[in-house]
Amino acid sequence: MLRFIVSRLLWMIPSLVALSFLSFVLIELPPGDYVTTYIATLAASNEVVDQNTAADLRARFGLDQPMIVQYFKWIVGIVTEGNFGLSFEWQQPVSELIWERMSLTLLLTVSTLLLTWGLALPIGVFSAVKKYSVGDYIATFFSFLGLAIPSFLLALVLMYVAAVKFGQDVGGLFSEPYVAAPWSFGKVLDLLSHLWVPVVILAVSGTASLIRVMRANMLDELNKPYVTTARAKGLSEFALLVKYPLRVALNPFISTIAWLLPNLVSGSVIVAIVLSLPTAGPMLLQSLMSQDMYLAGAFVLLICALTLLGSLVSDILLALVDPRIRLE
Amino acid sequence: MAALAEGAVDAKQMAVASQWQLLWWAFKRHRLAMVGLVVVVALYIVAAIPGFFAVNDPARQNARAAFHPPQSIHFFDTDDGFAFRPYFHPYALRRDPVSLAAIYVEDTSRKIPLEIFGKGYEYNLFGLFPVDRHLFASSDPRQPLFLLGADRLGRCVYSRIMQGAQISLSLGLVGVFLSLTIGVVLGGISGYFGGKLDFGIQRVIEFILSLPSIPIWLALAAAMPQDWPATTQYFMITVILSLTGWAQLARVVRGRFLSLRTEEFVVAARLDGASEGRVIFRHMLPSFMSHIIASITLAIPAMILAETSLSFLGLGLQPPTISWGVLLREAQNIRSIATAPWLFAPGAAVVVAVMALNFLGDGLRDAADPYNK
Repeated sequence: MLRFIVSRLLWMIPSLVALSFLSFVLIELPPGDYVTTYIATLAASNEVVDQNTAADLRARFGLDQPMIVQYFKWIVGIVTEGNFGLSFEWQQPVSELIWERMSLTLLLTVSTLLLTWGLALPIGVFSAVKKYSVGDYIATFFSFLGLAIPSFLLALVLMYVAAVKFGQDVGGLFSEPYVAAPWSFGKVLDLLSHLWVPVVILAVSGTASLIRVMRANMLDELNKPYVTTARAKGLSEFALLVKYPLRVALNPFISTIAWLLPNLVSGSVIVAIVLSLPTAGPMLLQSLMSQDMYLAGAFVLLICALTLLGSLVSDILLALVDPRIRLE
Repeated sequence: MAALAEGAVDAKQMAVASQWQLLWWAFKRHRLAMVGLVVVVALYIVAAIPGFFAVNDPARQNARAAFHPPQSIHFFDTDDGFAFRPYFHPYALRRDPVSLAAIYVEDTSRKIPLEIFGKGYEYNLFGLFPVDRHLFASSDPRQPLFLLGADRLGRCVYSRIMQGAQISLSLGLVGVFLSLTIGVVLGGISGYFGGKLDFGIQRVIEFILSLPSIPIWLALAAAMPQDWPATTQYFMITVILSLTGWAQLARVVRGRFLSLRTEEFVVAARLDGASEGRVIFRHMLPSFMSHIIASITLAIPAMILAETSLSFLGLGLQPPTISWGVLLREAQNIRSIATAPWLFAPGAAVVVAVMALNFLGDGLRDAADPYNK
């Protein structure tokens, strides 16, 4: 088991290296750089910037060096001192800007994951056991509907209903007085009272597809001879389900972290923008638009690293549950 | 198989039926999938000739119709007897004396007849022939029909949805075709040859699948100059979407190749001295073609959703190009949807299209599975 975990951890290293390079290339892609955007903003307010100032600025930010040099400086800074560079737009170190937003993103994603599992597991099992019942048809219909509605549309509709019918604003993660306040018990409670809206929105599509997976897996297992044996020896229907087929069917369920997590993170970016949540999404979009490259790069890198970590966790869990995988 | 024979098809027919015939018979029994098929075909017909189904010029702005509410069509005229004579009531524009906000009042005393196959604005059929016939049109050019209301510039939402179907639905097809090409080549190499090559390609696929697609697309799309011509933008968006979309398809293809490689009929073909190409294209490909088609059908909705999301955020297609995602940008702020909830209508179009394609794909997958009872 230890060997499996170690080899899996070692595999993370080349992935992370590839990931960091990919993030850097991605944010370097747009033509021009932050100084170009900056000069354009100044020009819009009728300030003239001469070529020397532009060159000075570039030299100060290190933008005049070849890309590969910039990349190495960036990555060395991150690895040795946790320094993600300077945000041009905010004139602050990136590390000061991102951690609170990344932890809120993580909180949002993990809560969504838990809700998704909590809903999909019982509904999927129910659908399989009561195959072709009214309940199964309802579950099937809603899971197809859930798959078809883009999460941002759901967020918009919810905002509309809340605003027009109940006169409430469901955007954001904190109430007005708590936005800038330091962390306290009251702020945590306030966060929890706001968190459920984006969590529910994000959970919809994941739950929908997971119900389908769970149902299919359970259906495969329910007709196996060992289920008949268990029934023949007089086990109650519930004990039988939980003890045998559910445990086998759970296998692909755990492996869903690997693909559910990237989807959740992706979805949360758009939903966060629509609901203006103080998570990574809106700031990422803003930094991409203004070519604030170190900030954007840090977000892309951390978000991707988060999902790699998720697939690592799911691999390890899977190996814990299923001995066949360890032996492969 | 027994269940199959229960239908109108008897066992004798089944014994000689081709693979596609069997597939079709199995597919037909899946009700929801049949509904999906009908809707998908209808949608693609609209996408092929959107101008015919539109009523007003989708690009035309009308200052006197900003946020015009939806009008309903009355099909039967009961004035003198009962006759099928579709008409609608025009709306009159009034101003609120205090706020000067526009108020639209339905004028039920007047009826504007609708003409089936009537004349309307001129559009290009397949981009070739100028035509001015529409499925239906208002008989009075000064009284346009707003079936699903109008947006803030007074453009007809219904006609824009019809026009948007062309870009949104075709983008899904083109994107999937691109991903399929990459996916089949790499997945095929990986599954057929195995070994080190397989190992390498597998790691790349795993890496791509573990990436959250939206941040990557955002970064790629942000790199796209906003002033590019519409066709270049369209092409680049499909390329961006396919860059991550191929991995899933490659995985399916590889799995199929691996399981088929050791089947008796493949070994037999190889022992017969058939070339690699012949083994792949003549013997292996036909046996998983149906599976690939099912996977493609399930991949198109993902592409449509992706384009919608990107355009919605303003990083995908740019106006004046009309796609469903671009249309949904109008519904971005709470103020405009509170005054005009019908701006959600393009969203409904997305949901219907994605659902229909999912049903179709699901049915195809079930029908393609020979072990499905």
